[in-house]
Amino acid sequence: MRKDRPSLRRRCFTLSLLLACASTYALPVKAFPHPQQSNTKEELLALPGEIGRSGGRLIVPLRSEPKTLNPLIAADSSSREVIGAMQADLVHINRATQLTEAALVKSWKISADGLQYTLTLRQGLRFSDGHPLDADDVLFTFRVYLDENVHATQRDLLIVGGKPIAVRKVDAQTLVFQFAKPYGVEERLFDGFAILPRHLLEKPYQEGRLGQLWAPSTPPGEWAGLGPFRLKEYIPGQKLVLERNPYYWKTDAKGNRLPYLEELVFLFVPSADAQVLRFQSGETDIITRLGAENFSALGRQQRGYTMADAGPGLEYNFLFFNLNDLGEKSSADLARKQKWFRDVKFRQAVSAAIDRDAIVRLVYQGRGAALWGPVTPGNRRWVNAAIPHTPRSLDRARTLLKEAGFSWSTVPDGDSALLDPDGKPVEFSILTSSSNADRTKMATLLQDDLKQLGLRVQVVPLEFRSLLDRVTQTKEYDSCLLGLASFDADPNSDLNVWLSNGATHLWNPSQSHPATPWEAEIDRLMEQQLSTPGFDQRKRLYDRVQEILAEDQPMIFLASPDILVGAKNSIANFRPAVLEPYALWNVEQLYFRNSRENASR
Amino acid sequence: MTRPPKPTKWLVVLLLLHGIVAAAGFFAPYDPIEQDRERPYFPPMRIHLIDAHGHLHLRPFFYPLRLREGSFDRYEEDTATTIQLRFLASGARYRLLGVVPARLHLFGTAGSRIYLLGSDAYGRDQLSRILYGGQVSLLAGLLGAGVTLLLGALIGVAAGYFGGWRDELLMRLAELFLALPWLYLLFALRAFLPLAVSPLEAFLLVVVVIGMVGWARPARLVRGVVLSAKERDFVRAARGFGASNLYLLQRHILPETASVVLTQAAILVPQFVLAEMTLSFLGLGVPEPTSSWGNLLATLQQYNVLVSYWWMYLPALAIVPFFLGYLSLASALQERASPYKIEEKTNWNLS
Repeated sequence: MRKDRPSLRRRCFTLSLLLACASTYALPVKAFPHPQQSNTKEELLALPGEIGRSGGRLIVPLRSEPKTLNPLIAADSSSREVIGAMQADLVHINRATQLTEAALVKSWKISADGLQYTLTLRQGLRFSDGHPLDADDVLFTFRVYLDENVHATQRDLLIVGGKPIAVRKVDAQTLVFQFAKPYGVEERLFDGFAILPRHLLEKPYQEGRLGQLWAPSTPPGEWAGLGPFRLKEYIPGQKLVLERNPYYWKTDAKGNRLPYLEELVFLFVPSADAQVLRFQSGETDIITRLGAENFSALGRQQRGYTMADAGPGLEYNFLFFNLNDLGEKSSADLARKQKWFRDVKFRQAVSAAIDRDAIVRLVYQGRGAALWGPVTPGNRRWVNAAIPHTPRSLDRARTLLKEAGFSWSTVPDGDSALLDPDGKPVEFSILTSSSNADRTKMATLLQDDLKQLGLRVQVVPLEFRSLLDRVTQTKEYDSCLLGLASFDADPNSDLNVWLSNGATHLWNPSQSHPATPWEAEIDRLMEQQLSTPGFDQRKRLYDRVQEILAEDQPMIFLASPDILVGAKNSIANFRPAVLEPYALWNVEQLYFRNSRENASR
Repeated sequence: MTRPPKPTKWLVVLLLLHGIVAAAGFFAPYDPIEQDRERPYFPPMRIHLIDAHGHLHLRPFFYPLRLREGSFDRYEEDTATTIQLRFLASGARYRLLGVVPARLHLFGTAGSRIYLLGSDAYGRDQLSRILYGGQVSLLAGLLGAGVTLLLGALIGVAAGYFGGWRDELLMRLAELFLALPWLYLLFALRAFLPLAVSPLEAFLLVVVVIGMVGWARPARLVRGVVLSAKERDFVRAARGFGASNLYLLQRHILPETASVVLTQAAILVPQFVLAEMTLSFLGLGVPEPTSSWGNLLATLQQYNVLVSYWWMYLPALAIVPFFLGYLSLASALQERASPYKIEEKTNWNLS
């Protein structure tokens, strides 16, 4: 038996050698014959940081299968996460510093009036199939994103001041973006707009079938991108395998071309608990989006992996009341309740009665932050530090309710019930998503908090889709506990939530005119910051928005969970951030300390 | 020769168990919905008689727990102070059997709370919750079984005694009910009800639902008994003498069905307790913060609870003595009622 082993190992070795040769030979054949190969120098981006070693295969779990690999129509988080590793944008937001960095462009310039952006592309860059990148690809990309027939999900972001952005090519490396109005977001706009290969997509675009293109089952030859990895194999229901893009345009400080990893595998693991089990057994290398309880369960039995708490993310959880103006459609019961909900003192009293620290402690096991405004402490640049963190005070809540005309009935048993100005008992229900244990737990805590004020609250866990239906369509609910996660630190990512005509303006969505003076003021401030250049100016405007929200409490902000991740000890350069994708934002720099051990897997 | 086991023995056991649950307020040290937010997932505490220095105490005591250094949910005993257990102590207000206001508890403590069976995610006492939860689950089981048997017996007697097209109709209906996927039916039913239901409404709904779906089986059994009973000679004789239907049913037929109905009752109660637990486990039963055995177990749906806090399984153990009691009672009743079995036994003894 023992004799067999070396020979077996040798055979494996030769086999893998053969495979390696095959792939190196295969590449130039498959690659596009480059027209201007020799005379242009590649202008690569050198990243600072630890120098790694190449090789290895990183296995990452994905909550659901990506619906598409087409960045134009991708809307679900799984698709976006996969595409993030396969595509690149002109200017990129560094997830750790939350600041912009030059990516496919080497520099950009904004004219003094803020209407003209001049971008210069890096020279000599190539798509993952070897075809060179030039300004025509960028031109094509933005034409496609702006085309109404394509239905690109990010199209709205390119409409500034009611007019689409105009893109003009100056020369093969230089482009000019013309805006109708100054745009406050400035170059952050470009983050997330994947530059598409014109040589592959122009024909399908003209034939009008771009929307159907690039399903996950696309043959790798018909796909190309500028990201660190490129498509290799897709097995439905199981996994998506990406391989190293040999033309990637980033290097480490020593000039080694990134990424270090040979393969990146997305394993489809549907439930959070199953992800924990897979990670625990070593089948996956990284785990993200962990709940606090799973996090400490994993941390307790650490074997060869490290758990990391990246701090509060951008998710904010809140309670909101039904403030919709339903007119005659409204039931008498709801109309009676809405009289309380519309009273700002009632909302402030509810807010004052909530024990936010207990929420952080019991729901997030201390791994989270209590919230008094919509911007979490994780969003370091935009948070308004002046918003008071008022601790729980039942006395203040009682005073507020008294001022609003509420009173208490005295029951001999000692439990007193809150009565509204008409003498009716105050009762309402809180909707939560039944699939989210954290939020149901929060609602149960609120129930007990409010009971001490004499409010009778019922918690109604509902399947998420019917919950959304009630909140946004039928509007038959009293109050609802939900969470939202901004995709970027910039206030514009939540424009839809704060503008009174926004579809996610949850407490009273899609209004034709702002229903209250404070909603009108928020509208005005948000519109104003949209076209105000300069961070300080915008910050001042957004600070005021945060103040209004904290004062009028259309949403009673509760808490924000920390971003909790785990990774095998052998993974180096692992620096989780609080912005998506939490662990994979620097996937090109990740490497295995001991690559031999890994290669045998 | 072994004599058939006496049902009375099991009846006494069951009465005792139900008595404890009915008087939950006395046996439970705390209010089941009172949260102690400083002590989530507190492990069960140990009662000591001998302290850390080896001294014997006459009164049982326990050590308060404190968080272990650098941990969120691991606790250790703090042996610096002892807290004595007090028997027949005055504590949280409650109503005995839902009527008599009282403050007396079997045991309690001065100062720090004691968690004999640990605490849940909100720091609520698990022992109190199991005892109070039993009230909901057992009452739902008993009422549900009552509704079922009443319906089942009525329909079974009607079908068996009157026969003909009525029998056909009722029995086809019973088959339809047996074939219904009642869990999905319940999901659908819940969608039609108002969004927020109070614990009492939810409880009544559960009772009505489990009572309504179960009648088919006892109805078929009762029908069988009635069919054979009404052909007995003494029944025919009575009919020949001009006895009315009502007289026949009261005097001769219903007594025949008694043993079947009683045995069914003993089988159905635990079955319906389990049904209530299933509904609550799926979130269709009584809502938080009211406890029932089903929604106590519902936290086990979360993986981390499953692996981290073993005392959250304890509500599942609470049902074991009840089920044992009911099922033993059922088999004792059955054995008493079936003459064939005794005949078999005597035959075996003779040979």
